[in-house]
Amino acid sequence: MRLSSGTKLLLPFLAVMTVFFMAPLCIALGYSFMAPDPMGGVKPAFSLSGYQQFLYSADLDGNLQWDTRYLEIIFGSTKLAVMATLACLLIGFPMAWFMATRPAHQRDAWMILITIPFWTNLLIRTYAWILILRSNGLVNRGLLETGIIDAPLELLYNPYAVGMGLVYSYLPFMILPIYSSLERMDWRLVEAAQDLYATRLRILWHVVLPASVPGIVGGTILVFIPTIGSFLAANLLGGGRNMMLGNLIENQFGMARNWPFGAAISVLLIAFVMIGLMLIARRGQGLKGVVG
Amino acid sequence: MKANPKNMPGFGLVTWLGLAFLYLPIFAVIAFSFNSGRLVTVWEGFSFEWYPRALGNHDLQRATMNSLIVAVGATFIGTVIALAAALALHGGGVPKPVKTASYTMMALPLLVPEIVIAVTTMAFFAAINLRLGLINVLIAHIVFCIPFAYAPIRARIATIPKSMSEAAKDLYADEWQAFRHVTLPLLTPGIFSGALLAFITSLDDFIITLMVAPPGASTLPVEIYSKVKRGITPEINAAASMLLAFSIFIVLLSYIINRKKVI
Repeated sequence: MRLSSGTKLLLPFLAVMTVFFMAPLCIALGYSFMAPDPMGGVKPAFSLSGYQQFLYSADLDGNLQWDTRYLEIIFGSTKLAVMATLACLLIGFPMAWFMATRPAHQRDAWMILITIPFWTNLLIRTYAWILILRSNGLVNRGLLETGIIDAPLELLYNPYAVGMGLVYSYLPFMILPIYSSLERMDWRLVEAAQDLYATRLRILWHVVLPASVPGIVGGTILVFIPTIGSFLAANLLGGGRNMMLGNLIENQFGMARNWPFGAAISVLLIAFVMIGLMLIARRGQGLKGVVG
Repeated sequence: MKANPKNMPGFGLVTWLGLAFLYLPIFAVIAFSFNSGRLVTVWEGFSFEWYPRALGNHDLQRATMNSLIVAVGATFIGTVIALAAALALHGGGVPKPVKTASYTMMALPLLVPEIVIAVTTMAFFAAINLRLGLINVLIAHIVFCIPFAYAPIRARIATIPKSMSEAAKDLYADEWQAFRHVTLPLLTPGIFSGALLAFITSLDDFIITLMVAPPGASTLPVEIYSKVKRGITPEINAAASMLLAFSIFIVLLSYIINRKKVI
Protein backbone atom coordinates (compact mmCIF):
# COMPACT_ATOMS: atom_id res chain seq x y z
CA MET A 1 0.00 0.00 0.00
CA ARG A 2 1.35 3.43 -0.90
CA LEU A 3 0.95 6.18 1.64
CA SER A 4 -0.64 9.41 0.51
CA SER A 5 1.52 12.53 0.80
CA GLY A 6 -0.69 13.72 3.66
CA THR A 7 -0.07 10.60 5.71
CA LYS A 8 3.68 10.87 5.07
CA LEU A 9 3.68 14.31 6.67
CA LEU A 10 2.03 12.78 9.70
CA LEU A 11 4.68 10.07 10.13
CA PRO A 12 7.22 12.05 12.23
CA PHE A 13 4.46 13.00 14.65
CA LEU A 14 3.11 9.46 14.88
CA ALA A 15 6.62 8.03 15.33
CA VAL A 16 7.68 10.46 18.07
CA MET A 17 4.45 10.18 20.03
CA THR A 18 4.21 6.39 19.74
CA VAL A 19 7.79 5.76 20.82
CA PHE A 20 8.31 8.49 23.40
CA PHE A 21 4.82 8.97 24.79
CA MET A 22 2.57 5.95 24.26
CA ALA A 23 5.31 3.34 24.81
CA PRO A 24 6.34 4.83 28.18
CA LEU A 25 2.69 4.79 29.29
CA CYS A 26 2.42 1.12 28.26
CA ILE A 27 5.67 0.23 30.00
CA ALA A 28 4.42 1.86 33.18
CA LEU A 29 1.25 -0.20 32.93
CA GLY A 30 3.42 -3.31 32.65
CA TYR A 31 5.63 -2.25 35.55
CA SER A 32 2.62 -1.84 37.78
CA PHE A 33 2.19 -5.63 37.56
CA MET A 34 5.78 -6.48 38.46
CA ALA A 35 7.76 -6.84 41.67
CA PRO A 36 9.90 -3.97 42.95
CA ASP A 37 13.67 -4.17 42.81
CA PRO A 38 15.09 -2.60 45.99
CA MET A 39 17.92 -1.08 43.90
CA GLY A 40 15.33 0.82 41.85
CA GLY A 41 13.44 -0.46 38.85
CA VAL A 42 11.54 -3.74 38.70
CA LYS A 43 12.14 -7.48 38.80
CA PRO A 44 10.74 -9.10 35.68
CA ALA A 45 8.13 -11.26 37.41
CA PHE A 46 4.37 -10.95 37.59
CA SER A 47 3.22 -9.51 40.90
CA LEU A 48 0.22 -7.66 42.22
CA SER A 49 2.24 -6.05 45.00
CA GLY A 50 1.97 -2.64 43.34
CA TYR A 51 -1.79 -2.74 43.72
CA GLN A 52 -1.83 -4.58 47.05
CA GLN A 53 -0.01 -1.69 48.64
CA PHE A 54 -3.02 0.55 48.27
CA LEU A 55 -4.61 -1.51 51.04
CA TYR A 56 -1.96 -3.66 52.69
CA SER A 57 1.60 -3.36 53.84
CA ALA A 58 3.99 -6.28 54.20
CA ASP A 59 5.91 -6.71 57.45
CA LEU A 60 9.44 -8.13 57.65
CA ASP A 61 8.19 -11.72 57.40
CA GLY A 62 6.14 -10.92 54.31
CA ASN A 63 2.78 -11.10 56.07
CA LEU A 64 0.20 -8.70 54.69
CA GLN A 65 -1.33 -6.24 57.08
CA TRP A 66 -4.30 -3.96 56.52
CA ASP A 67 -2.84 -0.47 56.11
CA THR A 68 -4.82 2.66 55.33
CA ARG A 69 -1.88 5.08 55.04
CA TYR A 70 -2.06 5.29 51.27
CA LEU A 71 -5.83 5.29 51.13
CA GLU A 72 -5.69 8.32 53.38
CA ILE A 73 -3.28 10.06 51.02
CA ILE A 74 -5.48 9.22 48.03
CA PHE A 75 -8.59 10.38 49.84
CA GLY A 76 -6.89 13.48 51.26
CA SER A 77 -5.45 14.61 47.95
CA THR A 78 -8.74 13.99 46.15
CA LYS A 79 -10.52 16.08 48.77
CA LEU A 80 -7.95 18.87 48.51
CA ALA A 81 -8.15 18.79 44.69
CA VAL A 82 -11.97 19.00 44.78
CA MET A 83 -11.89 21.91 47.20
CA ALA A 84 -9.20 23.75 45.25
CA THR A 85 -11.21 23.26 42.04
CA LEU A 86 -14.34 24.62 43.72
CA ALA A 87 -12.42 27.60 45.05
CA CYS A 88 -11.06 28.27 41.56
CA LEU A 89 -14.62 28.18 40.24
CA LEU A 90 -15.90 30.55 42.93
CA ILE A 91 -13.11 33.04 42.23
CA GLY A 92 -12.77 32.39 38.51
CA PHE A 93 -16.43 32.74 37.52
CA PRO A 94 -16.85 36.34 38.75
CA MET A 95 -13.48 37.21 37.21
CA ALA A 96 -14.49 35.75 33.85
CA TRP A 97 -17.84 37.55 34.02
CA PHE A 98 -16.22 40.88 34.84
CA MET A 99 -13.65 40.47 32.05
CA ALA A 100 -16.26 39.44 29.47
CA THR A 101 -18.39 42.51 30.16
CA ARG A 102 -15.57 45.02 29.60
CA PRO A 103 -15.28 46.98 26.31
CA ALA A 104 -13.32 45.14 23.60
CA HIS A 105 -9.95 46.88 24.04
CA GLN A 106 -10.01 46.34 27.82
CA ARG A 107 -10.87 42.67 27.31
CA ASP A 108 -7.64 42.14 25.38
CA ALA A 109 -5.66 43.76 28.17
CA TRP A 110 -7.35 41.55 30.79
CA MET A 111 -6.64 38.45 28.70
CA ILE A 112 -2.95 39.31 28.58
CA LEU A 113 -2.89 40.07 32.32
CA ILE A 114 -4.43 36.69 33.17
CA THR A 115 -2.30 34.68 30.74
CA ILE A 116 1.06 36.11 31.82
CA PRO A 117 1.12 34.25 35.17
CA PHE A 118 -0.10 31.14 33.31
CA TRP A 119 3.01 31.21 31.12
CA THR A 120 5.57 32.18 33.73
CA ASN A 121 7.54 29.70 35.73
CA LEU A 122 5.33 27.86 38.23
CA LEU A 123 8.27 26.75 40.37
CA ILE A 124 9.30 30.37 40.93
CA ARG A 125 5.77 31.55 41.52
CA THR A 126 5.27 28.78 44.08
CA TYR A 127 8.48 29.28 46.03
CA ALA A 128 7.62 32.99 46.14
CA TRP A 129 4.80 32.08 48.53
CA ILE A 130 7.45 30.93 51.01
CA LEU A 131 8.77 34.51 50.99
CA ILE A 132 5.25 35.76 51.64
CA LEU A 133 3.96 33.22 54.15
CA ARG A 134 6.87 32.02 56.28
CA SER A 135 7.21 33.06 59.91
CA ASN A 136 9.36 36.09 59.04
CA GLY A 137 7.63 36.54 55.68
CA LEU A 138 5.74 39.50 54.28
CA VAL A 139 2.35 38.71 55.81
CA ASN A 140 3.64 38.00 59.31
CA ARG A 141 5.90 41.07 59.31
CA GLY A 142 3.02 43.24 58.17
CA LEU A 143 0.73 41.89 60.89
CA LEU A 144 3.42 42.13 63.57
CA GLU A 145 4.39 45.68 62.71
CA THR A 146 0.80 46.90 62.70
CA GLY A 147 0.34 45.24 66.08
CA ILE A 148 -2.48 42.95 64.96
CA ILE A 149 -0.60 39.90 66.27
CA ASP A 150 2.14 39.48 68.89
CA ALA A 151 3.72 36.28 67.63
CA PRO A 152 4.13 35.12 64.01
CA LEU A 153 1.39 32.85 62.65
CA GLU A 154 2.20 29.41 61.25
CA LEU A 155 0.97 30.01 57.73
CA LEU A 156 3.16 27.49 55.91
CA TYR A 157 3.41 23.70 55.97
CA ASN A 158 -0.25 22.91 56.50
CA PRO A 159 -3.08 21.74 54.19
CA TYR A 160 -4.38 25.29 53.86
CA ALA A 161 -1.08 26.51 52.43
CA VAL A 162 -1.11 23.61 49.95
CA GLY A 163 -4.73 24.34 49.01
CA MET A 164 -3.96 28.01 48.50
CA GLY A 165 -0.92 27.09 46.41
CA LEU A 166 -3.12 24.87 44.23
CA VAL A 167 -5.75 27.56 43.74
CA TYR A 168 -3.01 30.01 42.94
CA SER A 169 -1.32 27.68 40.43
CA TYR A 170 -4.38 26.76 38.43
CA LEU A 171 -6.79 29.71 38.75
CA PRO A 172 -6.03 30.96 35.19
CA PHE A 173 -7.00 27.49 33.86
CA MET A 174 -10.49 28.12 35.25
CA ILE A 175 -10.83 31.77 34.25
CA LEU A 176 -9.84 31.38 30.60
CA PRO A 177 -12.36 28.70 29.45
CA ILE A 178 -15.26 30.38 31.31
CA TYR A 179 -14.22 33.72 29.86
CA SER A 180 -14.20 32.31 26.35
CA SER A 181 -17.74 30.93 26.87
CA LEU A 182 -19.02 34.20 28.27
CA GLU A 183 -17.31 36.30 25.65
CA ARG A 184 -19.20 34.41 22.95
CA MET A 185 -22.50 34.73 24.81
CA ASP A 186 -25.09 37.11 23.41
CA TRP A 187 -25.33 39.64 26.23
CA ARG A 188 -28.51 41.08 24.72
CA LEU A 189 -30.20 38.07 26.36
CA VAL A 190 -29.34 39.61 29.71
CA GLU A 191 -30.93 42.89 28.70
CA ALA A 192 -33.99 41.03 27.43
CA ALA A 193 -34.26 39.17 30.73
CA GLN A 194 -34.03 42.43 32.60
CA ASP A 195 -36.76 43.96 30.48
CA LEU A 196 -38.88 41.03 31.55
CA TYR A 197 -38.22 41.98 35.19
CA ALA A 198 -35.81 39.16 35.99
CA THR A 199 -33.78 39.81 39.14
CA ARG A 200 -29.98 39.71 39.03
CA LEU A 201 -29.99 36.30 40.67
CA ARG A 202 -32.43 34.89 38.10
CA ILE A 203 -30.36 36.38 35.27
CA LEU A 204 -27.27 34.74 36.72
CA TRP A 205 -29.00 31.39 37.18
CA HIS A 206 -31.16 31.16 34.05
CA VAL A 207 -29.24 33.16 31.45
CA VAL A 208 -25.52 33.45 32.15
CA LEU A 209 -24.85 30.17 33.96
CA PRO A 210 -26.31 27.94 31.20
CA ALA A 211 -24.24 29.82 28.62
CA SER A 212 -21.07 29.29 30.64
CA VAL A 213 -21.50 25.53 31.19
CA PRO A 214 -18.97 24.48 28.50
CA GLY A 215 -16.42 26.85 30.04
CA ILE A 216 -17.12 25.63 33.56
CA VAL A 217 -16.79 21.98 32.48
CA GLY A 218 -13.57 22.69 30.59
CA GLY A 219 -12.14 24.78 33.42
CA THR A 220 -13.01 22.14 36.01
CA ILE A 221 -11.15 19.47 34.05
CA LEU A 222 -8.17 21.70 33.37
CA VAL A 223 -7.90 22.57 37.06
CA PHE A 224 -8.72 19.21 38.62
CA ILE A 225 -6.27 17.09 36.59
CA PRO A 226 -3.07 19.03 37.32
CA THR A 227 -4.25 19.70 40.88
CA ILE A 228 -4.64 16.09 41.94
CA GLY A 229 -1.33 15.18 40.31
CA SER A 230 0.47 18.30 41.46
CA PHE A 231 3.93 18.14 42.94
CA LEU A 232 5.19 21.63 43.64
CA ALA A 233 2.50 23.10 45.91
CA ALA A 234 2.64 20.22 48.39
CA ASN A 235 6.41 19.83 48.07
CA LEU A 236 7.26 23.48 48.74
CA LEU A 237 4.33 24.74 50.81
CA GLY A 238 3.19 21.52 52.51
CA GLY A 239 6.52 20.59 54.00
CA GLY A 240 6.27 16.91 53.10
CA ARG A 241 3.35 16.13 55.38
CA ASN A 242 0.49 17.01 53.06
CA MET A 243 1.07 14.85 50.02
CA MET A 244 -0.84 14.96 46.76
CA LEU A 245 -0.88 11.93 44.47
CA GLY A 246 1.86 13.60 42.43
CA ASN A 247 4.18 13.67 45.44
CA LEU A 248 3.40 10.06 46.25
CA ILE A 249 4.29 8.98 42.70
CA GLU A 250 7.51 11.01 42.70
CA ASN A 251 8.41 9.51 46.06
CA GLN A 252 7.94 5.92 44.83
CA PHE A 253 10.18 6.51 41.81
CA GLY A 254 12.67 8.44 43.94
CA MET A 255 13.47 7.84 47.60
CA ALA A 256 11.12 4.90 48.20
CA ARG A 257 12.45 2.95 45.18
CA ASN A 258 9.17 1.15 44.66
CA TRP A 259 8.52 1.55 40.95
CA PRO A 260 5.61 -0.94 40.70
CA PHE A 261 3.67 0.94 43.36
CA GLY A 262 4.51 4.28 41.72
CA ALA A 263 3.37 2.86 38.37
CA ALA A 264 0.17 1.52 39.96
CA ILE A 265 -0.64 4.98 41.38
CA SER A 266 0.03 6.47 37.93
CA VAL A 267 -2.38 3.95 36.40
CA LEU A 268 -4.96 4.88 39.04
CA LEU A 269 -4.47 8.58 38.33
CA ILE A 270 -4.87 8.10 34.57
CA ALA A 271 -7.98 5.97 35.23
CA PHE A 272 -9.39 8.83 37.35
CA VAL A 273 -8.77 11.27 34.52
CA MET A 274 -10.20 9.01 31.82
CA ILE A 275 -13.34 8.20 33.81
CA GLY A 276 -13.90 11.90 34.39
CA LEU A 277 -13.44 12.71 30.72
CA MET A 278 -15.73 9.88 29.64
CA LEU A 279 -18.49 11.03 31.98
CA ILE A 280 -18.23 14.46 30.42
CA ALA A 281 -18.06 13.12 26.86
CA ARG A 282 -21.26 11.19 27.58
CA ARG A 283 -22.98 14.40 28.46
CA GLY A 284 -22.32 15.65 24.96
CA GLN A 285 -19.18 17.66 25.55
CA GLY A 286 -16.47 16.22 23.34
CA LEU A 287 -12.77 16.35 24.09
CA LYS A 288 -12.56 19.18 21.60
CA GLY A 289 -14.41 21.50 23.95
CA VAL A 290 -11.79 20.83 26.59
CA VAL A 291 -8.63 21.08 24.58
CA GLY A 292 -9.48 23.49 21.80
CA MET B 1 -33.07 54.01 34.62
CA LYS B 2 -32.27 50.57 35.99
CA ALA B 3 -28.73 49.48 36.85
CA ASN B 4 -26.95 47.62 34.09
CA PRO B 5 -27.49 43.91 34.80
CA LYS B 6 -24.16 43.10 33.23
CA ASN B 7 -22.44 44.67 36.22
CA MET B 8 -22.80 42.28 39.14
CA PRO B 9 -22.01 43.93 42.47
CA GLY B 10 -18.72 42.69 43.90
CA PHE B 11 -17.50 40.96 40.74
CA GLY B 12 -15.17 43.85 39.93
CA LEU B 13 -13.69 43.70 43.41
CA VAL B 14 -13.16 39.92 43.17
CA THR B 15 -11.45 40.42 39.82
CA TRP B 16 -9.02 43.05 41.07
CA LEU B 17 -8.25 41.02 44.20
CA GLY B 18 -7.79 37.91 42.05
CA LEU B 19 -5.38 39.81 39.85
CA ALA B 20 -3.43 40.98 42.91
CA PHE B 21 -3.35 37.36 44.15
CA LEU B 22 -1.90 36.21 40.81
CA TYR B 23 0.79 38.89 40.72
CA LEU B 24 1.77 39.19 44.40
CA PRO B 25 4.36 36.36 44.29
CA ILE B 26 5.86 37.66 41.05
CA PHE B 27 6.35 41.10 42.60
CA ALA B 28 7.63 39.58 45.85
CA VAL B 29 10.42 37.69 44.06
CA ILE B 30 11.41 40.70 41.98
CA ALA B 31 11.32 43.08 44.98
CA PHE B 32 13.48 40.82 47.15
CA SER B 33 15.99 40.34 44.35
CA PHE B 34 16.89 44.01 44.88
CA ASN B 35 17.30 43.62 48.65
CA SER B 36 20.77 44.52 49.85
CA GLY B 37 20.65 42.25 52.92
CA ARG B 38 21.35 38.51 52.91
CA LEU B 39 18.32 37.97 55.17
CA VAL B 40 15.92 37.40 52.39
CA THR B 41 12.67 38.71 53.84
CA VAL B 42 14.00 41.65 55.82
CA TRP B 43 14.27 44.72 53.67
CA GLU B 44 17.66 46.37 54.19
CA GLY B 45 17.87 48.73 51.26
CA PHE B 46 18.07 48.74 47.49
CA SER B 47 20.90 46.92 45.76
CA PHE B 48 21.87 45.61 42.35
CA GLU B 49 24.64 43.36 43.64
CA TRP B 50 22.73 40.03 43.37
CA TYR B 51 22.30 40.24 39.62
CA PRO B 52 26.01 40.17 38.73
CA ARG B 53 26.44 37.44 41.36
CA ALA B 54 23.67 35.32 39.87
CA LEU B 55 25.09 35.85 36.38
CA GLY B 56 28.55 34.82 37.61
CA ASN B 57 27.38 31.64 39.39
CA HIS B 58 28.75 28.62 37.50
CA ASP B 59 25.90 26.23 38.42
CA LEU B 60 23.35 28.75 37.22
CA GLN B 61 25.35 29.49 34.06
CA ARG B 62 25.54 25.82 33.13
CA ALA B 63 21.85 25.30 33.92
CA THR B 64 20.88 28.34 31.83
CA MET B 65 22.94 27.01 28.94
CA ASN B 66 21.20 23.62 29.24
CA SER B 67 17.80 25.30 29.40
CA LEU B 68 18.49 27.29 26.26
CA ILE B 69 19.89 24.33 24.31
CA VAL B 70 16.90 22.17 25.23
CA ALA B 71 14.33 24.92 24.66
CA VAL B 72 15.73 25.93 21.26
CA GLY B 73 16.14 22.32 20.13
CA ALA B 74 12.74 21.15 21.37
CA THR B 75 11.06 24.23 19.88
CA PHE B 76 12.63 23.77 16.48
CA ILE B 77 12.04 20.02 16.20
CA GLY B 78 8.64 20.17 17.92
CA THR B 79 7.40 22.99 15.69
CA VAL B 80 8.51 21.28 12.47
CA ILE B 81 6.76 18.06 13.51
CA ALA B 82 3.65 20.00 14.59
CA LEU B 83 3.59 21.95 11.30
CA ALA B 84 3.82 18.75 9.26
CA ALA B 85 1.07 17.17 11.36
CA ALA B 86 -1.16 20.24 11.05
CA LEU B 87 -0.77 20.27 7.24
CA ALA B 88 -1.48 16.53 7.07
CA LEU B 89 -4.53 16.66 9.32
CA HIS B 90 -5.95 19.72 7.57
CA GLY B 91 -5.51 18.41 4.04
CA GLY B 92 -7.31 15.26 2.92
CA GLY B 93 -5.81 11.84 2.42
CA VAL B 94 -5.35 10.73 6.01
CA PRO B 95 -7.51 7.70 6.87
CA LYS B 96 -10.11 8.42 9.53
CA PRO B 97 -8.76 6.03 12.22
CA VAL B 98 -5.28 7.53 11.86
CA LYS B 99 -6.81 10.98 12.20
CA THR B 100 -8.67 10.02 15.37
CA ALA B 101 -5.53 8.44 16.85
CA SER B 102 -3.57 11.58 16.00
CA TYR B 103 -6.06 13.90 17.66
CA THR B 104 -6.00 11.70 20.75
CA MET B 105 -2.20 11.70 20.89
CA MET B 106 -2.21 15.47 20.40
CA ALA B 107 -4.57 15.96 23.36
CA LEU B 108 -3.14 13.34 25.73
CA PRO B 109 0.06 15.17 26.77
CA LEU B 110 -2.19 18.00 27.95
CA LEU B 111 -4.58 15.68 29.80
CA VAL B 112 -2.23 13.16 31.42
CA PRO B 113 -0.88 14.65 34.67
CA GLU B 114 2.67 15.93 34.21
CA ILE B 115 4.07 13.80 37.01
CA VAL B 116 2.87 10.67 35.20
CA ILE B 117 4.56 11.78 31.97
CA ALA B 118 7.67 12.51 34.04
CA VAL B 119 7.98 9.12 35.73
CA THR B 120 6.89 7.04 32.74
CA THR B 121 9.41 8.80 30.48
CA MET B 122 12.12 8.29 33.09
CA ALA B 123 11.22 4.58 33.45
CA PHE B 124 11.17 4.22 29.65
CA PHE B 125 14.64 5.73 29.24
CA ALA B 126 15.88 3.38 31.97
CA ALA B 127 14.19 0.39 30.30
CA ILE B 128 15.80 0.99 26.89
CA ASN B 129 19.02 2.08 28.61
CA LEU B 130 19.12 5.44 26.86
CA ARG B 131 21.73 7.55 28.62
CA LEU B 132 22.51 10.49 26.41
CA GLY B 133 22.50 13.23 29.04
CA LEU B 134 20.92 16.37 27.69
CA ILE B 135 19.50 14.49 24.69
CA ASN B 136 17.19 12.60 27.08
CA VAL B 137 15.86 15.91 28.34
CA LEU B 138 15.52 17.19 24.77
CA ILE B 139 13.44 14.16 23.72
CA ALA B 140 11.10 14.53 26.70
CA HIS B 141 10.64 18.21 25.90
CA ILE B 142 9.93 17.61 22.21
CA VAL B 143 6.96 15.41 23.18
CA PHE B 144 5.15 18.04 25.23
CA CYS B 145 6.18 20.93 22.97
CA ILE B 146 4.37 19.43 19.95
CA PRO B 147 0.78 20.03 21.16
CA PHE B 148 1.61 23.60 22.20
CA ALA B 149 3.16 24.39 18.82
CA TYR B 150 0.31 22.63 17.01
CA ALA B 151 -2.64 24.63 18.39
CA PRO B 152 -1.84 28.08 16.89
CA ILE B 153 -0.65 26.56 13.59
CA ARG B 154 -3.86 24.59 13.26
CA ALA B 155 -5.94 27.67 14.09
CA ARG B 156 -4.08 29.65 11.41
CA ILE B 157 -4.47 26.95 8.72
CA ALA B 158 -8.23 26.97 9.23
CA THR B 159 -8.32 30.65 8.21
CA ILE B 160 -6.55 30.16 4.88
CA PRO B 161 -8.98 29.69 2.00
CA LYS B 162 -8.27 26.62 -0.17
CA SER B 163 -8.61 28.88 -3.22
CA MET B 164 -5.22 30.43 -2.44
CA SER B 165 -3.14 27.33 -3.15
CA GLU B 166 -5.50 26.31 -5.95
CA ALA B 167 -4.85 29.66 -7.61
CA ALA B 168 -1.12 29.01 -7.30
CA LYS B 169 -1.53 25.61 -8.92
CA ASP B 170 -3.56 27.15 -11.78
CA LEU B 171 -0.51 29.31 -12.38
CA TYR B 172 1.57 26.12 -12.79
CA ALA B 173 3.11 26.06 -9.32
CA ASP B 174 3.90 22.52 -8.24
CA GLU B 175 2.90 21.21 -4.80
CA TRP B 176 6.13 22.39 -3.16
CA GLN B 177 6.10 25.82 -4.80
CA ALA B 178 2.49 26.41 -3.77
CA PHE B 179 3.42 25.51 -0.21
CA ARG B 180 6.66 27.45 -0.17
CA HIS B 181 5.35 30.68 -1.72
CA VAL B 182 1.68 30.73 -0.73
CA THR B 183 0.76 28.56 2.26
CA LEU B 184 3.94 28.98 4.29
CA PRO B 185 4.02 32.81 4.24
CA LEU B 186 0.36 32.87 5.29
CA LEU B 187 1.11 30.40 8.08
CA THR B 188 4.14 32.25 9.42
CA PRO B 189 2.40 34.12 12.28
CA GLY B 190 0.84 30.86 13.48
CA ILE B 191 4.17 29.06 13.27
CA PHE B 192 5.90 31.86 15.17
CA SER B 193 3.35 31.99 17.91
CA GLY B 194 3.30 28.18 18.19
CA ALA B 195 7.08 28.13 18.38
CA LEU B 196 7.07 30.79 21.10
CA LEU B 197 4.53 28.85 23.16
CA ALA B 198 6.60 25.69 22.76
CA PHE B 199 9.75 27.60 23.71
CA ILE B 200 8.22 29.06 26.85
CA THR B 201 6.67 25.74 27.87
CA SER B 202 10.05 24.06 27.54
CA LEU B 203 11.76 26.86 29.43
CA ASP B 204 9.24 26.65 32.28
CA ASP B 205 9.11 22.90 32.61
CA PHE B 206 10.19 21.64 35.97
CA ILE B 207 8.81 18.27 37.01
CA ILE B 208 9.51 16.33 33.79
CA THR B 209 13.07 17.64 33.66
CA LEU B 210 13.56 16.91 37.36
CA MET B 211 12.74 13.23 36.81
CA VAL B 212 14.39 12.77 33.41
CA ALA B 213 17.59 14.83 33.68
CA PRO B 214 20.72 12.88 34.59
CA PRO B 215 23.32 14.62 36.78
CA GLY B 216 24.87 17.57 34.97
CA ALA B 217 21.92 17.97 32.61
CA SER B 218 19.70 19.97 34.94
CA THR B 219 17.95 23.02 33.53
CA LEU B 220 17.53 26.41 35.18
CA PRO B 221 14.23 25.63 36.96
CA VAL B 222 15.64 22.36 38.33
CA GLU B 223 18.78 24.17 39.51
CA ILE B 224 16.68 26.90 41.13
CA TYR B 225 14.60 24.21 42.84
CA SER B 226 17.59 22.43 44.33
CA LYS B 227 18.94 25.76 45.61
CA VAL B 228 15.54 26.79 47.02
CA LYS B 229 15.44 23.48 48.91
CA ARG B 230 18.65 24.56 50.66
CA GLY B 231 17.26 28.01 51.46
CA ILE B 232 16.15 30.97 49.39
CA THR B 233 18.88 33.53 48.77
CA PRO B 234 18.68 36.96 47.10
CA GLU B 235 20.91 35.49 44.39
CA ILE B 236 18.23 32.90 43.57
CA ASN B 237 15.63 35.65 43.55
CA ALA B 238 17.75 37.56 41.04
CA ALA B 239 18.11 34.52 38.77
CA ALA B 240 14.37 33.80 39.12
CA SER B 241 13.49 37.43 38.32
CA MET B 242 15.52 37.29 35.11
CA LEU B 243 13.75 34.09 34.06
CA LEU B 244 10.35 35.65 34.86
CA ALA B 245 11.18 38.80 32.89
CA PHE B 246 12.32 36.72 29.93
CA SER B 247 9.11 34.61 29.96
CA ILE B 248 6.92 37.71 30.15
CA PHE B 249 8.82 39.21 27.22
CA ILE B 250 8.20 36.06 25.13
CA VAL B 251 4.48 36.00 25.99
CA LEU B 252 4.05 39.63 24.98
CA LEU B 253 5.98 38.99 21.77
CA SER B 254 3.67 36.09 20.98
CA TYR B 255 0.64 38.37 21.44
CA ILE B 256 2.03 41.06 19.20
CA ILE B 257 2.79 38.58 16.43
CA ASN B 258 -0.59 36.94 16.73
CA ARG B 259 -2.45 40.25 16.45
CA LYS B 260 -1.64 40.50 12.74
CA LYS B 261 -4.50 38.87 10.87
CA VAL B 262 -4.04 36.72 7.76
CA ILE B 263 -5.86 38.69 5.12
